[in-house]
Amino acid sequence: MLKYLLEKEFKQFMRSKFLPKFVIIFPFIALAIFPLAVNFSINNINLSVVDNSHSPYSSRLIRKVASSGYFRLMETADNYQEALKSVELDHSDVVLEIPPRFEEDLVNTRKAGVMISANTVNGMKGGLGSAYLAGIINDFSQEVREDWIAPAGRTVTPAFNIVPEYKYNPHLSYTVFMIPAIMIMMLAMICGFIPALNIVGEKENGTMEQMNVTPVNKFNFILSKLIPHWIIGFIALTICFFVAWLFYRLVPVGHYYTIYLFASVFVLAFSGFGLVISNYANTIQQAMFMMFFVVMSFVFLSGLYTPVASMPDWAQFVSNFSPLKYMIQVLRQVYLKGSGFSEMVHQFIALSAFAVFFNGWAVYSYRKRS
Amino acid sequence: MKVVTVQNISRNFGKVEALKDISFDANEGEIFGIIGPDGAGKTTLFRILTTLLLADSGKATVDGFDVIKDYKQIRNRIGYMPGRFSLYQDLTVEENLKVFATVFNTTIEKNYDLIKDIYQQIEPFKTRRAGALSGGMKQKLALCCALIHKPSVLFLDEPTTGVDPISRKDLWDMLIRLKKQKITILVSTPYMDEASLCDRIALIQDGRFLKIDTPAAMTREFDKILWSVQSDTMSKLLADLRRHKKVKTCFAFGETHHITLEDSTLTPGEMKNYLTGLGHTGIEISPIAASVEDCFMDLSGNQTEK
Repeated sequence: MLKYLLEKEFKQFMRSKFLPKFVIIFPFIALAIFPLAVNFSINNINLSVVDNSHSPYSSRLIRKVASSGYFRLMETADNYQEALKSVELDHSDVVLEIPPRFEEDLVNTRKAGVMISANTVNGMKGGLGSAYLAGIINDFSQEVREDWIAPAGRTVTPAFNIVPEYKYNPHLSYTVFMIPAIMIMMLAMICGFIPALNIVGEKENGTMEQMNVTPVNKFNFILSKLIPHWIIGFIALTICFFVAWLFYRLVPVGHYYTIYLFASVFVLAFSGFGLVISNYANTIQQAMFMMFFVVMSFVFLSGLYTPVASMPDWAQFVSNFSPLKYMIQVLRQVYLKGSGFSEMVHQFIALSAFAVFFNGWAVYSYRKRS
Repeated sequence: MKVVTVQNISRNFGKVEALKDISFDANEGEIFGIIGPDGAGKTTLFRILTTLLLADSGKATVDGFDVIKDYKQIRNRIGYMPGRFSLYQDLTVEENLKVFATVFNTTIEKNYDLIKDIYQQIEPFKTRRAGALSGGMKQKLALCCALIHKPSVLFLDEPTTGVDPISRKDLWDMLIRLKKQKITILVSTPYMDEASLCDRIALIQDGRFLKIDTPAAMTREFDKILWSVQSDTMSKLLADLRRHKKVKTCFAFGETHHITLEDSTLTPGEMKNYLTGLGHTGIEISPIAASVEDCFMDLSGNQTEK
């Protein structure tokens, strides 16, 4: 019986005008485009400079800042008020003010100050912009010092020279960090939404009622909905792997089979969750909204955008109930660090628990009569 | 033998009383018609008997099994055809039939005899998707799907609504053949003319049964004088007849108006004079025998008066 029910599900899936295309095109587009758009590295910060010094040193500093690649020199203002106005008009994000006695102070007292003011309406951009600018000015002071020391034939290095080594993601590429997480988003969308909408669709068409008067038991019925979407999840994931390789040359340091193993449990958990929703929703509209609400919560608490460790305590606690969190950890670890199963037993147990919980709930809440 | 027994079934949806204290029995190999307008509670009754809905109170058995305790046995023994077409529109005729054969643990071949007569009519389209069939074809396919496991009781909820007259006749011919195979058939319909094809009928209105009897007995027991009246201006005629003091009820029945009389002393001639006086032309008046519809109108009128 189950065999023919599965055959039926696949036939219906393949005959749908929309779903097979969706499963193939969605991961393609999402992985090809989203990582480029969702990017926290900040470029093109608009800079306004107030140069009161007009000296060789001040213009050297300005040139250095402008050539760093992070900033676009939008204007040179005559005074701070004028620069502030340009910030208010949103023409510039950061103001660099060089005081009149900049060069004199630098030469005479070996100490000079500049002022950095940043527009922090977009906190991320303002914060990073002023940090980048401070870094460049630091470099500049280093250069100046070396200029003075070199002719004297002495080499003096600062007391500490910090050379960070970035493990696992040496270029600090945000894309590499985001792709595994976006893959999981795809998987969650496909494996959560499709089964839920499928069952609610059967309710709307009345075929659910027709099935309910037959002796088919609920385990078989739920399995016939679960297994096809499980397989579809694997296909979508494989497409994700391919796209990651095609566009970003990104292959996991670890093994694909580790990912498949975890994905099999994750998909089961998420499809189960979709089934639970479908048991409580009577129309496709209701199901869509319920799914959307819960998936959004899962995503924001998963550490996809912001690290879980920087969330408030209550949110960190709640994030334990997001299956996405564990799966994103797994994928990032396998892709970037090359972790194996033994390092991720904790995540495996968590995902299995979700799978058992949601599917148990789905079987329990599926009622053949009202 | 009583195949379906219903005792004092009631069901409310919030404040709406969909069924009020319904009781009846249906015998083996009988076509039991439930006749009533939309919203009378026909579908609710069917959903309770097919174990899809729980009654608030009362007892019911189908083929000897209790609808609450033994619902699993019942699901093996009944065929249900809901009023709304609810097969898989994206599967073909043949695939739909196979799905339902499979979930009942049987095959199309095993019970092909039972559905042969009706399936042959749709067999030329067996590779067409169910969604692309005409209304009559859809109903024939739905009937095949409901019969494929050789049920002992068949529940048909408004099988002829939205179906053309020829397919309607085909469907009823099929039901009469199935009856001979000892299959008990419960059929609901809003069409009074189909009532005479049933062995027994129950008239239902606002969740209550008005009367249960054979169609013949029901029309025989109609104890009022019934005339059909016609003229060239039918809508004016309806109003004029209703104004007449000796006319008890008057309803539009297609091309004629049916009236019942308060007073048996009135003659057709007197009525004709009355109408001519009001300017009617082409008047035709003839005493007629009651149809099921007349009985329904009469009984439902009594109901509302009480």
